[in-house]
Amino acid sequence: MKKTYNLSYSANGTKNLSLLGSVKDKANRYLQQRSIVQHLLRILLYSVLLFMALIYLLPLLVMVMNSLKDVEEIRNGSLLALPKDPSLAAWAKAWGSACTGSTCEGIAPFFINSFKIVLPAVAISTILGALNGYVLSMWRFKGSDLFFGLLLFGCFIPFQVVLIPMAMTLGWLGLASSASGLILVHVIYGMAFTTLFFRNYYVGLPRELISAAKIDGAGFFLIFWRIILPLSPPIIVVTVIWQFTQIWNDFLFGVVFSGADNLPVTVALNNLVNTSFGGKEYNVDMAAALLAALPTIVVYVFAGKYFVRGLSAGAVKGA
Amino acid sequence: MANQRRFTDMLADSMPKLVLAPSFLIVMVCIYGYILWTVALSFTKSRMLPQWKFVGFDQYNKLLNNDRWAVSSENLVVFGGLFIIICLVIGIGMAILLDQKIRQEGLLRTIYLYPMAISFIVTGTAWKWLLNPSMGIQKIVREWGFEDFTFDWLVNSEMVVFCLVIAAVWQSSGFVMALFLAGLRGVDSEMIKAAQLDGASMPTIYRRIILPTLKPVFFSAFVILSHIAIKSFDLVTALTGGGPGYSSDLPANFMYAHAFTRSQMGLGAASGVMMLGGVLAILIPYLYSELRGKKQ
Repeated sequence: MKKTYNLSYSANGTKNLSLLGSVKDKANRYLQQRSIVQHLLRILLYSVLLFMALIYLLPLLVMVMNSLKDVEEIRNGSLLALPKDPSLAAWAKAWGSACTGSTCEGIAPFFINSFKIVLPAVAISTILGALNGYVLSMWRFKGSDLFFGLLLFGCFIPFQVVLIPMAMTLGWLGLASSASGLILVHVIYGMAFTTLFFRNYYVGLPRELISAAKIDGAGFFLIFWRIILPLSPPIIVVTVIWQFTQIWNDFLFGVVFSGADNLPVTVALNNLVNTSFGGKEYNVDMAAALLAALPTIVVYVFAGKYFVRGLSAGAVKGA
Repeated sequence: MANQRRFTDMLADSMPKLVLAPSFLIVMVCIYGYILWTVALSFTKSRMLPQWKFVGFDQYNKLLNNDRWAVSSENLVVFGGLFIIICLVIGIGMAILLDQKIRQEGLLRTIYLYPMAISFIVTGTAWKWLLNPSMGIQKIVREWGFEDFTFDWLVNSEMVVFCLVIAAVWQSSGFVMALFLAGLRGVDSEMIKAAQLDGASMPTIYRRIILPTLKPVFFSAFVILSHIAIKSFDLVTALTGGGPGYSSDLPANFMYAHAFTRSQMGLGAASGVMMLGGVLAILIPYLYSELRGKKQ
């Protein structure tokens, strides 16, 4: 009895094995074909991605290459040609002596103007956004959600609908054409975004975190300082990068609200490119454009991955 | 002592409201107050300075009969529509391609994303050279031997609005890609594995499972892109200057020109109000779903 059982078992076993073998063969052949197809798809995938990368890089490359040529070489040659005799002369001129409208001091002074506006505006709007977001997520009260809705709306209004009253208000406050006026404008209209970022991030934190602290008698600011702020770096990075690029790149508020001695670099660049006396110096224009773009590009190259990480950590989820 | 105690308690209780108060004031005055103010101005005959002589809907009549306004709002529809659709298509496509365990993903992502860091003034300046027929792409392709190649959209008043689309898509599609990539990374991988075990092919999985869960990202991207489109002012200024003639003007440029350089404050205010109307048409459904989502 036991023997037959064993026999049948082994017979079954070998049968299974041979069956398994032929399946394996088929599977192997199938897998081989598949891996060839997959290999080809992979190559296609990489070529599409590289092609797109080239398109995104092209304008930057053209600008860099031509900023290193002299005007004659640009006129007579191709935009895509490598510079024969690379020189930084155009960069020096763009920085220190090119004409931007009425003055001929290059874009250096405007570069500094932009920093003087951007740094305080980013700092103030970020702090304000963090505090607002903290209240709107952890200390809700009757009406706070309504306020959040009202504020959210502020992210999306076209600024054209507030420009005229803002210009008048700044005039009355004596801040027209001043750097502080421009900082104020950036803080006011940046606040909606910073609040949105912080609020959506804090909403994702467990509320037990602060209810325990509340029971222990910790106050509003102590909880913020000791518990919430140490958890905030990812969203602070997102907010600071966002605000820095928004305000550095702003043109509308700059052109409407700033005066001759605090024009931001975007307005100066536009003046430089459109200044029409003398021959057109394309190399200087390109160098100036690159200089104006440099701070935000540097921020993105070094901190871009934190930006994307922060976005996935919650800034988009609620938005 | 007891009084003082009660006072500090009260202060502690109302601390959240106190902290929020300045922002509340700012929002009510500088957003809602100013909007009402602009609406009021749009019903006056203000020119260089505000004059509170009300003229009813005169400015709006003038606006609707203004050819430059007609051109600029038509441009916004064409520019905005194409810009949003192309950005979404490229953004989603590249996010999916980048999500296939690509080597050097970080580097590629940085390359796609960097235009977002640049101001529209710089983008406009760069593309002005590339699209300029006598210097840029047309000249390069002709030098390659295609003598008849023509790409003169920048100086063609019928086509110039597409130049705005090209530059704006170049600048913003990487950001849309980043939004969707973040969304894709958040999709539950168990769900995908389960579908794979059931024998679903990758395209089906994307169409049926992954993309539907990205609906909120779609929505955010749509709202952000339409916001960029409506406020595109600097791109036009730098790339085309509104030209040839005023054929590439957008409403934002119309508003700026009339309110701040041509002393037509009433007309400028009316055009600003119309722009707000356009935004509201897109925004109200968004806010509605946002608030409803919160309740669920």
